[in-house]
Order: sequence, then structure tokens, then C-alpha cells
Amino acid sequence: MTNMNEAAPSFAATAQASASDGTMAAAKMTVRDLNFHYGEFHALKNIAMDIPEKKVTAIIGPSGCGKSTLLRIFNRIYAIYPKLVASGEIVLDGENILDPKYSLNRLRSKVGMVFQKPVPFPMTIFENVAYGIRHHEKLSRADMEIRVEQALRSAALWDEVKDKLKQSALGLSGGQQQRLCIARGIALKPEVLLLDEPTSALDPIATSRIEQLVEELKNDFTIVIVTHNMQQAARCSDLTAFMYMGELIEFDRTEKIFTKPNKKQTEDYITGRFG
Amino acid sequence: MATSHIYARRRLKNIIAMVLSVLATGVGLLFLAWILWETLSQGISALKPQLFTRITAYREEGGLANAMVGSLILNSLGILIATPIGVMAGTWLSEYSLRSRLGPVIRFLNDILLSAPSIVLGLFAYTIIVLPMKWATNGDITFSGFAGGIALALIALPVIVRTTDEMLRLVPSTLREAALSLGVPQWKLTVQILIRSARSGIVTGVLLALARISGETAPLLFTAFGNNFMTFNPLDKMPSLPQVIYEYTKDPSPDINTLAWAGAFVLTMFVLLLSLTARFAFSRSKVSND
Amino acid sequence: MSREHIIKSYDDELTRLTGEIVRMGELAAKQLEGAIEVVARRDERAAQRVVDNDDAIDVMEQEISHDVVRLLALRAPIAGDLRNVFAALRIAADIERIGDYAANVAKRSIPLNLVAPVAVAGGLAHLADLANELLRKVLIAYRDRDAEAAYQVWKDDAELDDAYTVLFRSLLTYMMEDPRNITPCTHLLFMAKNIERIGDHATNIAENVWFVVHGEPLVAPRAKRDLTASADFETK
Repeated sequence: MTNMNEAAPSFAATAQASASDGTMAAAKMTVRDLNFHYGEFHALKNIAMDIPEKKVTAIIGPSGCGKSTLLRIFNRIYAIYPKLVASGEIVLDGENILDPKYSLNRLRSKVGMVFQKPVPFPMTIFENVAYGIRHHEKLSRADMEIRVEQALRSAALWDEVKDKLKQSALGLSGGQQQRLCIARGIALKPEVLLLDEPTSALDPIATSRIEQLVEELKNDFTIVIVTHNMQQAARCSDLTAFMYMGELIEFDRTEKIFTKPNKKQTEDYITGRFG
Repeated sequence: MATSHIYARRRLKNIIAMVLSVLATGVGLLFLAWILWETLSQGISALKPQLFTRITAYREEGGLANAMVGSLILNSLGILIATPIGVMAGTWLSEYSLRSRLGPVIRFLNDILLSAPSIVLGLFAYTIIVLPMKWATNGDITFSGFAGGIALALIALPVIVRTTDEMLRLVPSTLREAALSLGVPQWKLTVQILIRSARSGIVTGVLLALARISGETAPLLFTAFGNNFMTFNPLDKMPSLPQVIYEYTKDPSPDINTLAWAGAFVLTMFVLLLSLTARFAFSRSKVSND
Repeated sequence: MSREHIIKSYDDELTRLTGEIVRMGELAAKQLEGAIEVVARRDERAAQRVVDNDDAIDVMEQEISHDVVRLLALRAPIAGDLRNVFAALRIAADIERIGDYAANVAKRSIPLNLVAPVAVAGGLAHLADLANELLRKVLIAYRDRDAEAAYQVWKDDAELDDAYTVLFRSLLTYMMEDPRNITPCTHLLFMAKNIERIGDHATNIAENVWFVVHGEPLVAPRAKRDLTASADFETK
């Protein structure tokens, strides 16, 4: 294989990094000078990264490094809590989503999110998926059924639930609930899908299913996955970002990160020497 | 050697703690059984169909039918007034007061209301409802079932506010985030998802509030006042079970006293059943989102 | 590889690895055939082509090493998957050596062309046929994960050793008869030894196939038939 990344410039001094790969897709999201404060605490420091389109970007790092925080800025979900302030810019398709004028409604229809714990709504399986769609689009009953089926198929859940769409979603297993949450997210046809430790509450088989799903979904979506499981990042991402203490230490092709990272800190973390 | 010594001490402590808690539970249960037994044995001779069919106007020959109907109406009024206000206030506290300094203040005031003596609330209702109505209608309407309902609502309200607030805060924040990240607006999230998730907890709170107010006497003395006839008009004076029990226990006639005991038994059973319903019917699926 | 992995790309990568090994092995087998052919044809330019072709095998070995490192780093294989990946690395090294030996046979054919043909050279082709058969059989055994077939190859290496011993003796005889034969026969001796070594690498591959399937080393009694190295060889 070629050493395209050997020549990658190092932005150590400014705590920036950029995945440099000639073959890489165009950036879907461009993060520049992103800073984040929880009250007095400076949680993210000058983050700059380009998230490529239709690739899986994994964010790893020890607890409290800011990886989940970063993800939660991508759809501004952090804004529901007081005292949290993000500055800098995140450009999605040419527009800065941190601009207060950027409509939350629009942002959240373009950027879907799946959380650590599966959180189905207290309604039927069908309604769980239809619920979000209904808020954004007016569909006929028949169109809605097609749409829900599509979403459930994409989430590799259709075969398991097609006979019990009218049953409560709370009766599904953890892995199924999580896939339902993914179906609910992709039913809105977002462009970016954020996954916040989506398998940390699941068993290994359910985890593999979600990982396989991620691999299939990247044909249609730009995926950003936060995980504390390094092997998961290794298995299912194209690019990996390593964060530490609110800084982006290294961002490169996953294969590069896991075979020959540029930074000592990255190597120490992924080889289990600290963190 | 040393370890077995530690284990022996632990075992001893464990046994002491266990004995003490079993004793405490026993004392509680003993009094409950005692109360039930006392009311039953004292009132058993009056526990016959006419207790439920005849009104208090017949005195010894009568029953408590009008008091029971009155209690039903008063309690329903109280709950009907308190529930919507309480649920909405609780929802505001839990969901909307996050960025407001008013939230903690209101929560604190609600807790004070929760522990306010019921007679004070009764006097309050007397002052703001009974007196103005008397003045406005030239004495046609004075004490009324309506005023009694308000007084009971004032007692039920803080209970409902508190449970709604607590139950909604038990709903995991990720459920909120999940809904908001679909672009769902706050009001839809609250009404369609959060209240639905916390529904059984909120209903339990309402049932507990009902159990609480159905035993109240003091606030009704100044508001509904009571009478000896079957009354359906909420603008009339209205009898109620606790109030009749209160009056009958003061009566010199032993037969009337027995009727009071029978009424007390019925009331206790009602409250007990209500509590048990609240406990069993809804405990299984409180807030289940894990 | 019985059932598929839930993550399909993992299967793709493992299948790809097996395919690369088989292709590399086939290339090595072709190199050996080519080498023997140039010995018979006394074609110096063709011999040089065989020598140059060895680079392709080396490149394939590098690719396999890269894929193995990638699989180990990104997939963290365990159990059967781990044995597959681990064996692939070792088999690739064996095939790379086989390629080197084949190239060496071709290379030695060049000085051999400078002298008159030696009658005994025909024995070399027989030796190469045996070695090639071992190699092809072990590649099929590897492709099919057939431990029994691999074990057969492992045993059959004795035949190659026998043939080598026979050729060794006759080359010695030739050299004793006429000292002018010493130069070509020494080359032939090295070539024969190279081919005999190819058989040893084929048995190494067989052992790895056994390990992939059974998860334990292949342990069985086997007569050492290459007697040319033993002290009492001369006296026989």
C-alpha cells in the first residue's frame, strides 16, 4: 500500500488535524475553531476537522475527552441545557449550523442522532418510526407505510418486526430497540447520522449487527460514531479521530491510526498504555 | 481467625438490624389491623344494607347514603379541579423551569403547601369562597359543596404537582434528546411522549391525592358544612362521610356512635382499596424506558 | 470457514487473503515449471525472465503481510480466524522461499549452458515434477482447508527425498568418473537441493494447514529419507 499519509503535515502546534487522503470524498461537514464551554469549563479546544461524505468517521478517546460533547454539537442537541456555549463554526453544505439563524428543525432533519441507550418512544413499533416523519412531512397512510417499511428494512429490523408493528416498542430486545432507534433516525432521510456509543448497552451479537448495519448505511449517509470501544472504531470506520482532554490529537485513516499513528499519544492510548 | 471474628460480628449486626426492622414493620401492621378490627367490631351491627340506602335524616333508623354521595361529589370536584392544574404545574416545573429562577421557588412553595394543615386551607376557602358568595347572593348561598371541592382541591393540588414533577423527571433525559433530535418541538415531546411515559406514575399520584382528600374533615366543616339530606347541587350545603362521622361520634346515642364506626370502616376500606389500586395496578409499568 | 460473520466485510477480507495465498502459490509453481523448462531448453534469456519474475512473488508477499497486519489491527481476529490469519503469514513466507529456490534453479541454468549437457540432467525434471505436485496439492488442501490432504502431502515429501538421494548418488558417480563433470554436476547438485528444499517448504505449508484446521501442530512419526547428510551415507 502507498504511504499517502506519511507526507501528511502535522498540525500539532495548533491542535488541529486533518485526515489527508488523496482518495477521500469531499467534506460533508467542516469544523473550524470550535470551542465549547460548560460554564467555566473549557470542554473543547480549537477543534478543526473535515468529516468526509458517505464515510464512517469514528471518534475515540478516554472518558471525558469531549468526544460525545463534540457529537452533540453536530445537531445542537446540547442547546436544550443551560450554560452550554459553543463558538466557532461547523459548516454543513456551505452553511454554518452554529449560526442561531440556522433553523433547528432543518438541522435535525438533516442530522439524525442515535444514543447510547436505546430509547424507543412509549408507542407502537410503527408509530416510533412514523412519529418523526409526521412532524416534517404530510404523508398519506399508504406512503407512510412504505416509508416506515423502508426505514425498518434499512435498519435490518423489518423481518423481525413486520408481524408486530402494532405492538409496543418497549417489548423489543435491547439490540432490536437500538435498531429501531436507527430506523427512526434514518426514516427522516437525514444526510448525516450521529451515533453516540450506540452499542455500549448491547451484547456482542447485537453489537456486530449494528456494526454491519453501519457498514451498509454508509452508502447513503455520512456517519459519525463516538465509541469508547477502540476495536469498534477499528472494525467499522474509515477514519478515526483521537481526542484527549478536549483536543483533537490525531485524525487520519483508521488503518493508519491503528497500524502506525503519527502521534505518540495516540499510540499510547490505542495500545492501552494510558487513558 | 481474624476473618471469622469479623464475620461473626457482621452476622450479629445483621441479625440485630433484621430483628429491629421486622419489629418496626410488625408495629405498623399491628396498628393497621387494630384500627380495622376496632372499626369493624364497633360498627359491625350497623353494617347492613340500609347503611348504603338511607340518609342521615332518619337518625338511628337511617344510614349514611347522603354522606357517601356527598363525599363522592366533593372528592370528584376536588380531583377534577386539582388534576389539570396540578399536572400542568408539575409539567412546567419539570420541563420548562430549567432556565427559570422561578422553578426552585415554586417547588419550595409547593412543598410548603403540601405540608400545610388542612384546617388552614379550609379557612382559606371559607374566606375566599364562602364569605364572598354569601355577600354576593345576599345570604342565599353560603356554605356549598363547591367551596368544599375547592378546599379539597387545594389539598390535592400540591400532591399532584409533586408527583407529576417527580415522575416526569424520572423519564430519562435521553428520551427527550431522542425526540428533540428528530426535530420534534417541545410541546409535542411533552404531551405525546413524556406525559405518556410518566402516565402511570401521574395516575398513581392522582389516586394518592384522592385517598388523601377522602379522609379530610376539617376543611369541609367551614365549606361544605353538611346537611342530613341527599344533595346533588354543588351550590348547596353538602354532607360528607368524614364530617358525618365527626358529628356522630359526638352524639350521646350509642346507636348513632355505632353508625359512625360503620362509616369509619367504610371510609378506611375505601382509602385502603384506593392505595392498593395505586400500588398494584400501576407499579408494574411505572416509567419503563430502560 | 463454516458460517459467515455478521460483519460481511470481515468475510470478504478473509476470503481475499486465502485467494491471495493461492494465487501466490500458483505463481511459485509456474516459476518452478518455467525454471525446469529453461534448464531443458538451455535458454538463457528465458532463464533471466524466470529470475526477474521472482519480484512479483515478493510483491505479493508484501501485500499479504500488509493485509495480515491490517486484519490483526482492525479486526482483532480470534480462534479459527486468528489461526487463518496467522497461518497465512507463515504460508506466504514459505511460498516466498519456494519462489526464491525456483529462481535460483533458473539462475544456475545459465552457467550450465556454457558446458556440454550432462546426461543425468533428466533426473532433475523428475525431481521438479514431484516437488511441483506436492506444491499444487498442498495449495488445494489449503484452499479447501483439508487437513487430511495436507497430511498426505506431508507424508509424500518422503518420495521427493528418495528421488533426491538417488540423483545425489548418480551425480557423485558422474563426478568421480570424469573430473570435467564436476562443474556442471555441482550446479546440478545445488539445483537438486533447491528442489528438495521446495518439498520441505510444501510440508511446512501442510503443517500450517493442519494447524488452521485442528488448532494444534501436526505431530506424527516420519522417516527422514534424505540420507545424503548422514555420516554413514558414503559407506552404503
